[in-house]
Parts: sequence; C-alpha cells; structure tokens
Amino acid sequence: MATQTLIYLFVGLSFALYIGIAIASRAGSTSEFYVAGGGVNPVVNGMATAADWMSAASFISMAGIIAFSGYDGSVYLMGWTGGYVLLALLLAPYLRKFGQFTVPDFIGTRYYSKAARVVAVICLIFISFTYIAGQMRGVGIVFSRFLDVPINLGVIIGMAIVFVYAVLGGMKGVTYTQVAQYCVLIFAYMVPAFFISFLVTGNPVPQLGLGSPVNDGSGLYVLQKLDLVLQDMGFAAYTSGEKSMIDVFCITLALMVGTAGLPHVIVRFFTVPKASDARKSAGWALVFIALLYTTAPAVGAFARLNFIDSVQDTDYAEAPAWFRNWESNDLIAWRDKNGDGKMQLGKGDPFQGAPLFAESTGPSGERVVSNEAADDNPNEVYVDRDIMVLANPEIANLPGWVIALVAAGGLAAALSTAAGLLLVISSSISHDLLKSTFRPQITEKGELLAARIAATAAIVVAGYLGIYPPGWVAQVVAFAFGLAAASLFPAIFMGIFSKRMNREGAIAGMVTGLSFTFLYIGWFKLWSPDSNVAANWLFGISPEGIGVIGMLLNFAVAIAVARFTSAPPKEIGWLVDKIRVPRA
Amino acid sequence: MSDNSPGASETDGTTSANESAYWSQNIRLLWTLMSIWFVVSFGAGILFRDFLDQFSIGGYPLGFWFAQQGSIYVFILLIVFYSIRMKRIERQYDLDD
Repeated sequence: MATQTLIYLFVGLSFALYIGIAIASRAGSTSEFYVAGGGVNPVVNGMATAADWMSAASFISMAGIIAFSGYDGSVYLMGWTGGYVLLALLLAPYLRKFGQFTVPDFIGTRYYSKAARVVAVICLIFISFTYIAGQMRGVGIVFSRFLDVPINLGVIIGMAIVFVYAVLGGMKGVTYTQVAQYCVLIFAYMVPAFFISFLVTGNPVPQLGLGSPVNDGSGLYVLQKLDLVLQDMGFAAYTSGEKSMIDVFCITLALMVGTAGLPHVIVRFFTVPKASDARKSAGWALVFIALLYTTAPAVGAFARLNFIDSVQDTDYAEAPAWFRNWESNDLIAWRDKNGDGKMQLGKGDPFQGAPLFAESTGPSGERVVSNEAADDNPNEVYVDRDIMVLANPEIANLPGWVIALVAAGGLAAALSTAAGLLLVISSSISHDLLKSTFRPQITEKGELLAARIAATAAIVVAGYLGIYPPGWVAQVVAFAFGLAAASLFPAIFMGIFSKRMNREGAIAGMVTGLSFTFLYIGWFKLWSPDSNVAANWLFGISPEGIGVIGMLLNFAVAIAVARFTSAPPKEIGWLVDKIRVPRA
Repeated sequence: MSDNSPGASETDGTTSANESAYWSQNIRLLWTLMSIWFVVSFGAGILFRDFLDQFSIGGYPLGFWFAQQGSIYVFILLIVFYSIRMKRIERQYDLDD
C-alpha cells in the first residue's frame, strides 16, 4: 500500500477509536465531567496523565531540540520529569484528600477568599491558553505535512475531534481517550527509535544504544563520535553545552516547579479514588513519561549523526529523497554559498531568519531562498529541528507504515494535551467563576451545561489561536512554566505545609510572583527582544529560568506579609489537619 | 518545609499526638527524599557534572548520563519508595485510607 494511503488509514482509525471511546464514556454529572467521578484506577490515570502531559512539543520537537543543543537539552529532560517528584511527594496526595474539583477550589477554600480564587483562575486561564495555542498549531502542522491538508483545515478537523470527546465526555471521556492516545503515541515514538538505534549501534534499545559504540567499525562511542564530528565542524562538543551553569540550574528548576504547578496536570490526580492512589498514580505517570523521555535524547543524537552523515559535503544532485521532500515542505533550505554544488554544514545561520522561498530554482535545482545573506560563516543548510523526529523514519529508510504511525502519534500527543487543557479552562469558568463566585444558586444541570458551553467556547478560541497564531505564541512557552512556578506552586505548597500562611500572605505572594515573572519575560520576549542577551539578564538568568526568582519572591513576600497580618481562622487549621492525613 | 515547625500544629489543640507524630515522620522522610532528588539532578547532572564526566558508564560520560538518563530513573525510584514507605507509616499510625 502507498505510504499516503497508510497514513490516512492509521489516522482515520485512531480518530474513530477516540470518538468511539468518548461515546461509550459520556459524562452525566458535574463530578464525572470535572474529575471522572473520582473513580479512575491509578495505573490508568498514570497513563492518561502521561498523554495529557506529553504534548506536540514533547513528541515532535523535543528530540530535535536536544539534537541541536546536546547537553543543554538536559534542562527539558530533567525539568519535565523531576516535577513529578514534587507532585507525588508534596502536592498530589494532599490535593486529592482535599477532594474538590479544581486548583482554584483549593486556593479559594484554603485561603478563605474569593479574591484568591479569582487570582488563581486568572493564572490558570493564562497558563492554559498559552499552552493550548501551540497544541492546535501542532495538529495543523501534522495534517499539512503528512496528509496534504491545508494547515487551517487541519486545525478545524482537530477542533471537531476534540469537541466530540471533550464536550461530550468531559473528564471521564478524556481520561479513557487519553489512555488510547498514550498507547498510540508511545508505540509511534518507540518503533522508529528501535530501528534507528539498531541501525546506528546494533543495539535496538535506544537508552543503551546511546551509550554504545557506533556500528561503523571506528570503535568510537556514539557520544565520542558526535563530539568529534561537531567539533570538526566548529560546534561546541555535544556533551559540553553552551549555556551557563546558573542558567541551566534555574531553567531546570523553573520547569520542574512549573510542571508541578500546571493545573491540567494537577487536576488529573483529583480523578483517583484515594490520597494514596494519587502518589501511586504519579509514580506510574512518571514511568510512562520516562519511556519517551529517556528515548528522546537517544533519538536526537542518532538523528543528528545520521543527518550529518548523509548531508555533509554531499552533492545536492545526489541528496537523499527525504532531503528534497522536506525542502518542498519548507523545513529545509540550502544556499550554495561557495558555489561548489555540495552542501556544507557548520555553525551559524545559512542566511538571516526563516527561509523565504522564491519561485525559482538555483543552478543545482535547489529552491532559491530570498533571505538576506549571512556570509560570516560557512553553514549552507537551514534545518527545522522538528525534522529530527518527523523525517526520522525516512532518513533511516523505514517502511511506509512507520511513517504513518508517526503521523498518528503526533496527532495523539497534540489532541490529548489540548483536551486536558480545555477541560481545566472550562471547569475553572463553570465551577470557579460561576458556581463558586458569581452564581452560587446555579443547579447541577445548569453547571454541567455551562461547563459544556465553556469547553466549546474554549475550543473555538484555541482553534482561532491555532489558525492565526499570534507571533508571541512560540516566544512565550516560558510564560506557562514560569507563571505556574511563580504563582500557583508556592500558594498550594504553603497551603499544605504551613498552617500559619493566611489569605493576605498568599494573595500578596501570588501577585508578586506573577507580576515579576510576567514583566521579566514580557520585557525580554515581547517588548524589547533585542536586549535579550545574557549581559542584560538578572544574575545571568534567562527568561526561561526566571520563574525560579519569581517563586522565591512569592515565598518571601507571602511569609513576610503573613507574619504581620492575622492568623487564619481556626477552621482552616482543621482543614489543613484533615488534608494532611489520608484517612477520611 | 522550612516554616513547618512541629510545634505549630499543637497550638490549635485539635491535632492529636498521633497525627503530629505521623506528620513529623512524613516531613523527615520528605527531607531525605527531596535531598536525593536535588543531588541526582542539580548535583550530579549540573553542579558537579564536569567532575563526574571524567568517569564513564558505557559510552556515557557520567555527569551527562545523570543529566539525560540517570536522574529520571532515580526520580521514578523516589516516588515508588515514598509510595510504599508512606503506606507502611500510615498503617503504623492507623491513619491509612
């Protein structure tokens, strides 16, 4: 069967599966809509959490980012897994014991304040929309690259699918669909990884392959060879990295704490039956996540090696078929700076900015790029990092069904995360804003209807952001983690571990952490991007890592304010006692 | 955890001695496990990476291995250990769910 037919078949089957599951597990009550009735098995929930967590970025982009940044890519690997330790040990079991529906529920109740609840809702909505725009875009990209569907139509198809199972099924539908999506995405990620690891090292297990000798008779280990090759080409060694230590430290910590503070992740632990299940479930989630996260650095390294091997000093006329495929998809571009008809890789930009293709072809048959020249370096090839995963099966000469699998896997990753985010947005609107703040008299039926309307509206907004991505989306992923680290995490943490923390302290802390982080990231990423260089950063910490300082400010301000204002009422002490102990 | 002195919970008069003992044992365990969490990721993977890189595990420089593989495996072990250990502690204080 032709690869294209296989892709349609795989993607079509996976969509039918998701919708079938959603119809079988419709939500009938608010409890089912918000937290799947609180009866999800911890292993199942762990799997759903893994799919919820691993987004289009984890599936499509992460290996490529690591491939091009080597050691520096470790910040994502440690940052996006270490957060689960914080979740399992410090937050999840207590929040489950608290036993409500949303994160603002906890903050509003623990700090006996509607204002605190509303601040939490604002943080939550901002974090979640930043995140979701990227997911819808990811759906559109996979559609356009693999299915020859225009990006916008792809986004609309994605919206329709998510609409069916998130709006109908609520958390219950989403949970079981996410389990199916996890299976699809992990299978799709591992199969090409086994192949490519076997190809490069003779060992099919990628985690071991990355520590093995290369299969080319040189006797060099993979990482040794990569270091040598890259240094030859003028890059830093793969295993050494270029970021400063303090920046690596802060980015890793901000991502860990941010992960633990992300509402759509936290809320998954509200769906298991007991507090002890929340711990167990976080452990399972990390096992399922680690499978992909320990594979990604291997895929990145192998792909980089393969890419260099097949492109460096190759005649464009003899370039492999995938090279031209992805060139015609705008993800690769070549400008023959020295006019020798061969492609040379190296450090630096081949030209300025992302490629702007002219209609004409150059002397070797390549697509001409009209960008301004960047002739201070010998690099001639522009590569979009996403290729390292998307084109991996072609680069490694794998059969058509593997390519089809990768398309279905990328969609599963993007859709599962989008659905989880839509749910927390809709429940924060229907539950926290309507039911708990502005319209307490609403009936359960009315609340359920409001949740569905809010989810629908959120899908439309997300789709709009996916079709017309504001320039800032790619720039501000740092926002989601930085803000979660600087606002929600400290408030929840102190709410559990300090009985003295009061309303005034928590609100002052959240507002301080939020504004500081927002302004710092906004300044360097949006308002003054030219000044975004290490010399201007506070303590040498980049906007990606600044959430750590925001978090410390939050803690400091909250503790200071709480000291000089009155202690929380007695009932709050009892509440904290109650959530600290697992027994009901 | 810094502002959680064990004495704080006794002031409101509602926490039983049993629950306080349970909680302080939990806090001690958390300190131990969070220290390990810090040491394998921020210690071995970042702060002392250059030193550790002179050793290797297979073809991995050791610090690099901790940063891209080892820390993640230890994270899993930490959660599994905490989960099992807490269940035992909760039974011991008759506070399990």
